[in-house]
Amino acid sequence: MENNFLIDSDELSETGLARKHQIENDPSARINHMEYLPGMDVIDSDIRYKVISEMESYDYSKYTGKDVLRALASDKCTIEDFKALLSPAAEPYLEQMAIKAQKETGKHFGNTVYLFTPLYIANYCENYCVYCGFNCYNRIKRLKLSMEQIDHEMQVIAESGMEEILILTGESPTKSDVKYIGEACKIARKYFKMVGIEIYPVNVEDYKYLHECGVDYVTVFQETYDSDKYETLHLMGNKRVWPYRFDAQERALMAGMRGVACAALLGLSDFRKDALASALHIYYLQRKYPHAEMSLSCPRLRPIINNETINPLDVGEKQLCQILCAYRIFLPYCGITVSSRESAEFRNGIAKIAATKVSAGVSTGIGDHEEKYNGEQAEDSGDEQFEITDGRSLGTMYIDMTEEGLQPVFNDYIYV
Amino acid sequence: MEKDKLVIGGKEFDSRFILGSGKYSMKLIEAAVKDAGAQIITLAVRRTNTKDEENILDYIPEGVTLLPNTSGARDAKEAVRIARLARELGCGDFVKIEIMRDSKYLLPDNYETIKATEILAKEGFVVMPYMYPDLNVARELQNVGAATIMPLASPIGSNKGLATKEFIQILIDEIDLPIIVDAGIGAPSQACEAMEMGAAAIMANTALATAGDLTLMASAFKDAINAGRKAYLAGLGRVLTRGASASDPLTGFLH
Repeated sequence: MENNFLIDSDELSETGLARKHQIENDPSARINHMEYLPGMDVIDSDIRYKVISEMESYDYSKYTGKDVLRALASDKCTIEDFKALLSPAAEPYLEQMAIKAQKETGKHFGNTVYLFTPLYIANYCENYCVYCGFNCYNRIKRLKLSMEQIDHEMQVIAESGMEEILILTGESPTKSDVKYIGEACKIARKYFKMVGIEIYPVNVEDYKYLHECGVDYVTVFQETYDSDKYETLHLMGNKRVWPYRFDAQERALMAGMRGVACAALLGLSDFRKDALASALHIYYLQRKYPHAEMSLSCPRLRPIINNETINPLDVGEKQLCQILCAYRIFLPYCGITVSSRESAEFRNGIAKIAATKVSAGVSTGIGDHEEKYNGEQAEDSGDEQFEITDGRSLGTMYIDMTEEGLQPVFNDYIYV
Repeated sequence: MEKDKLVIGGKEFDSRFILGSGKYSMKLIEAAVKDAGAQIITLAVRRTNTKDEENILDYIPEGVTLLPNTSGARDAKEAVRIARLARELGCGDFVKIEIMRDSKYLLPDNYETIKATEILAKEGFVVMPYMYPDLNVARELQNVGAATIMPLASPIGSNKGLATKEFIQILIDEIDLPIIVDAGIGAPSQACEAMEMGAAAIMANTALATAGDLTLMASAFKDAINAGRKAYLAGLGRVLTRGASASDPLTGFLH
């Protein structure tokens, strides 16, 4: 079973539509996704090779209950143990995995859960990623916030009590250049204690600049670590260059960022292999940059505007829970973020087992926080990247997490 | 016992239990003060750097000495900046240096710790450096003005107890500063053992924070630390080696 991603907009011109179809149907019409484009930093690193060779040789069907039990009984989780925990053989042991994961989370994070909110400042995009609401062929309302609008949005969010913000854009270096994002980050520093970004991958020099603007955390989702599959989903734009994206976290760390986050978008490809690769990406980064803070996200595919049918296929909540428990057992020190793509019930439950960070007061649209937070109609707003499931406000999230026996934390960070 | 005070930076304390900062909650602070008798509570400056309603500073009861730490610092420069910020925030002159360049085990960086200790001691801070128990480093920390030495027992949060016991004993024997065992103490028995060895105090957090009954565990730590201290002051009794004493002394040939 596969998702049907390809949707034609009736607003496209005949030539536009012909071009779209050509890119979709004729692989030779697309650029080589493994080749860096001019101007892209090429760094010296063996992490990609290590991650991909482990992923390619991973045959999850060969693991048995015995391997899972051995992994659960061991004090240390080796890569082999982790592979067993991610395999179908581990599914009957989900409760035992959760118990072990909860213990590890407690040792490293206590009962704390960090709260943050994402802020989308622009939804222009130059890429054609078939599953994404922002893709350049999707007919949506586009918007880029001005600095005044950004300031206002941030003020509204800060008034709710939020202290950590994640700034996001569509991937358009021309519409939302590094300077624009940097200015937004400088404003964010006025209102928030901690600023992270989730933007298109950039070069080391640009990450350095953004760090100087107040950013310390960089999130880049690889979407899928299977580069052949990636090629069929990211048909156009800079984002198509798979290795440049893979190296983004390393470039960010080379630029002096304190922490990085990785993820695969679950549902795009073989989720067990993608989960393995995501965690190994973190594992090898940590070995090379031991001072850096590591974090994993676990997004699952969601419906988008003009395509309600998109879903995460075989990655159900049980599978997601298995992945997150395995992540926790293999990488006890790693932060784990669970976004508003997941339901309130799932997030409440998983925060007690493995997750350390949840978002609240979320909008994936542009410029609509005033409307969402205070009920005041926004003058102008841009459409959303995907539909969220858990729309809880910061206040509600705080109360709910406290009622689950967790301690919500707004900030545990200092910019030095 | 009444005159047996812990003295740090010229300040006297009756309690030899210090609450660490890793896992914070109101309940934990309450239990540490009421049931474990803590008079010193560590707090992470990065956590105090927050808005009013969430500010840990508000949770600290009166009469308790704040021990701000520099967690989050990756080198001496950052630790110094965080320590100065703590002073500006009104946390006093005590500071616990924590410099970690390893996000996995959170092991302290001894080299950077010496550098930060030297700078901050000169600025009048009462510097309490968290360190990996190495005698040469401890001597150097003493030379540059540390107020105490805080060696780790085992990796932070691990509850694995006195994994570095032999080396902590060397520090206790050789260094003329209070040796406060920090990190890894997971049970009252381990705290008691460290106190018997001559440790001046125990810092713990996870052992309490993750206990089934917080208040009961807090009072258990208090009892264990007191028992260990008394045993140390009393002088531990003779331990018979295997096979007891030889009936014919080896030196019997000497006239």
